[in-house]
Amino acid sequence: MPGDPVIDIHEGSAAARAALVGLDGKPGVSKPDSILTVDNVVRRFGGMTAVSVDHLEVQRGVITALIGPNGAGKTTFFNLITGFDKPSSAPRLIGGPKAGEAAKWEFNGTPLGMTGAAKVAKQGMVRTFQLTKALARMTVMDNMLLGARDQPGENLFISLIKPLWAAREKEVHAKAEELLQRFKLYEKKDDLAASLSGGQKKLLEMARALMSDPTMIMLDEPMAGVNPALTQSLLGHIQALRDDGMTVLFVEHDMHMVRHISDWVVVMAEGRVVAEGPPGDVMEDQAVIDAYLGAHHNTDLGDDSLLTDEVAEELAKEISEEDANTEGEKK
Amino acid sequence: MNELMTTLNAILASALSPGTAALAIAAIGLNIHFGYTGLLNMGQAGFMLIGAYAFAISIIGGLPLILAVIIALAAAVLFALVLGVPTLKLRGDYLAIVTISAAEIIRMVGRSSLLTNITGGSNGLVGNSYRGPFTDLSFLGDGQSGFGPWNYDNTGSDGWWIRLVAWALVALFSVMVFLLMRSPWGRVLRGIREDEDAVRALGKNVYSYKMQALILGGVLGAVAGVVYILPASLQADSMGRSMTFFIWTALLLGGAATIFGPILGAIVFFALRLLVQGLAGQFVPASIMTSQQTEQFSWILIGVTLMLIVIFRPQGILGNKKELSFNAR
Repeated sequence: MPGDPVIDIHEGSAAARAALVGLDGKPGVSKPDSILTVDNVVRRFGGMTAVSVDHLEVQRGVITALIGPNGAGKTTFFNLITGFDKPSSAPRLIGGPKAGEAAKWEFNGTPLGMTGAAKVAKQGMVRTFQLTKALARMTVMDNMLLGARDQPGENLFISLIKPLWAAREKEVHAKAEELLQRFKLYEKKDDLAASLSGGQKKLLEMARALMSDPTMIMLDEPMAGVNPALTQSLLGHIQALRDDGMTVLFVEHDMHMVRHISDWVVVMAEGRVVAEGPPGDVMEDQAVIDAYLGAHHNTDLGDDSLLTDEVAEELAKEISEEDANTEGEKK
Repeated sequence: MNELMTTLNAILASALSPGTAALAIAAIGLNIHFGYTGLLNMGQAGFMLIGAYAFAISIIGGLPLILAVIIALAAAVLFALVLGVPTLKLRGDYLAIVTISAAEIIRMVGRSSLLTNITGGSNGLVGNSYRGPFTDLSFLGDGQSGFGPWNYDNTGSDGWWIRLVAWALVALFSVMVFLLMRSPWGRVLRGIREDEDAVRALGKNVYSYKMQALILGGVLGAVAGVVYILPASLQADSMGRSMTFFIWTALLLGGAATIFGPILGAIVFFALRLLVQGLAGQFVPASIMTSQQTEQFSWILIGVTLMLIVIFRPQGILGNKKELSFNAR
C-alpha cells in the first residue's frame, strides 16, 4: 500500500518475498508493499472485451510472472498500463464511466491514468515488446545509448556543442559496454541491429531497457527465441536485478522458466485475472490447469522415446478415466 | 564541338549558381525531415514560398534586412507548427498529404488576384523591389571579375556577392547538420525514423522531437526560398509542386541521411538536366525535337531518374548501402 511502506527496499528483496508468504491467493489480493496498483482497467475492441481487470497489485522488489493462454489479454494489458493504449474505461470529460468505476492505476505512488508512453517510461516503468523493436539501421551501440536517461545532448541547442555533453556521453558509453558484455553482445556493438538474430534482438531490447535504470521492468516474452544456455544465464541476470531492488513483471509461456524464477504468478484468461499466488500453488490450482496448463503439463510431449504405444495407451486410459470422473462429478 | 563547349560551360555555371545553392539548402532541410527523422514532407516548396514572401514583403514594407530575415524564419516556424500540431501524432503518410496540400494553398493564395497589391498576384514581385538592402551589404565593390567559365558582376543582381552568401550558407548548414547528427539529439531522431514506439518506450518525447525536426528543416526551406528569389524575382509558380519534387530528386540522388548528399545531389541534378538538354539539342535534329521539346524531354528524364534511383539505388550516390534511408521495409 502506498503511504504505508512495510518494507524498505534496501533490506533487499528477500524480505519482499518473505512478505508474500501466507498471502491468500485469490485474484486481486492486496500486497504488503505494492509498486503498481491497477483498478478497473477495461479495454474493448468492438464487442470483444480484451482486458477487464478489476484490481491487481504488484509487489515491489519481486519477480511477478503474468501467464495465460493466447488471447488472454496479457500484451494488451501491458500496452494499457505503459501508456501505449487507452482503456475503454478511461475517465472522459463527457459521458464515460461513473466515478469509482473509471480506470485508474498508480505506479510508485504516482497516478498514471492519462499519461503518455514516454512519461510512463520516465517514471521508471520501462517495457520491452513481444515483437522486438530493435532500431534496425542503427548500430547496437547506438541502440544502447538511446536508452540512457538524463542526456543533456538530447537537447537541440546543447547538442551543437560537444563539450557540453561529452562527459555524460562517456559515462553512458561505459555503462552500455558493461551491459553489452553481460548480455553477450559486446562483439556485435558496431554492427547494425538489423544484422542480429531474433534472439539477439530480444537481448538487445532488454539490455536497452536496462540502460535507463528502471524501477520496474516489464518484459513481454523475454525468452522466446533465446537459446537454452543463454536463457539460463539471463534468468540469473533477472534474479540479480531483483536482488538489486528492481521489480520485474514478465509475460512468458515457458513454464519451467516461470517456475524457476518467479516469486509470484498472476494468471489471466479471457481478459480477467483468474488466479494468483506463488508459482507452486498456482500450478496446482485446478482453474489454472483447466484454463491454461492442461492436464498433462508435466509430461514431456516432445520426447519421442516416451511416445511408445504403451505410453500412448496409458495416456488414453488416463484421459478416459478423467473424463469419466468429471462426468461423474457433474452428475 | 562548339555546342559541347557551350553545354559544358552551362553545366559549370549552374554548379555555382545561387539557384543550385538554394536547392541544396532546401534539400539539407528535407534531409533533416526525411533522411534523419523519417518525416515525409511533400511540401518543402511551401516552406520556401513562405520564407520568400515573408522576406520580400517585409523589405518592400520598409523593414530592415535583418528584421525581414527574422520574419521569414518566424513564418516558417509558424507554418511548421500549423502543419505539425495536428499531424505529427498520426502516421507518417498523413504529414505527406497535409504538407503537399498546404504548400499548394500557399502558392494559390500567393498568386491570387485579390492580393495583387501585396504579393503581386500571378506576376509576382520583381527582384529590384526587395533586392536593394541585400546588395547594399556587399563589400565586393563594383566591376566584374571571374575565372574560367565563371564571369560575373562583383555585386550586381546575379553576381559574386549572392553566390558567396548562398554557398556560405550551404557550408554553414552542412556543418550544423553534421554537429547535430553526431550528437545524442541526432541519435534520438534516427531512433524515431526506425521505430517511434521503441523510442517512446525509452522515455523520449517523440512528438516534441518530430516537431523540432520539422521546424528546423522548414526554417532551412525558408532560407532556401530567400536565396532562391534574391538573384531573380518572386513568382509563386516557380516554387510549386515541381520544385518540391526537384528537392526530393536532389536529396535521393545525392543520398539521404548523409551530410554532403543534398549538396552533391543539387549540383548533379542541374548538371544532368543541362547535359541531356545540350546533347539532345546538338544531336537530335530539330525536325524530330525542337529546342523547346528538348527541355521538356530533359525534365521527363529527371522524373525517370528519380524512379530509377528509388528502385535500384535507394541510398543515392553517397549513401551507405547498409543504412539505406529510403524506407523500404
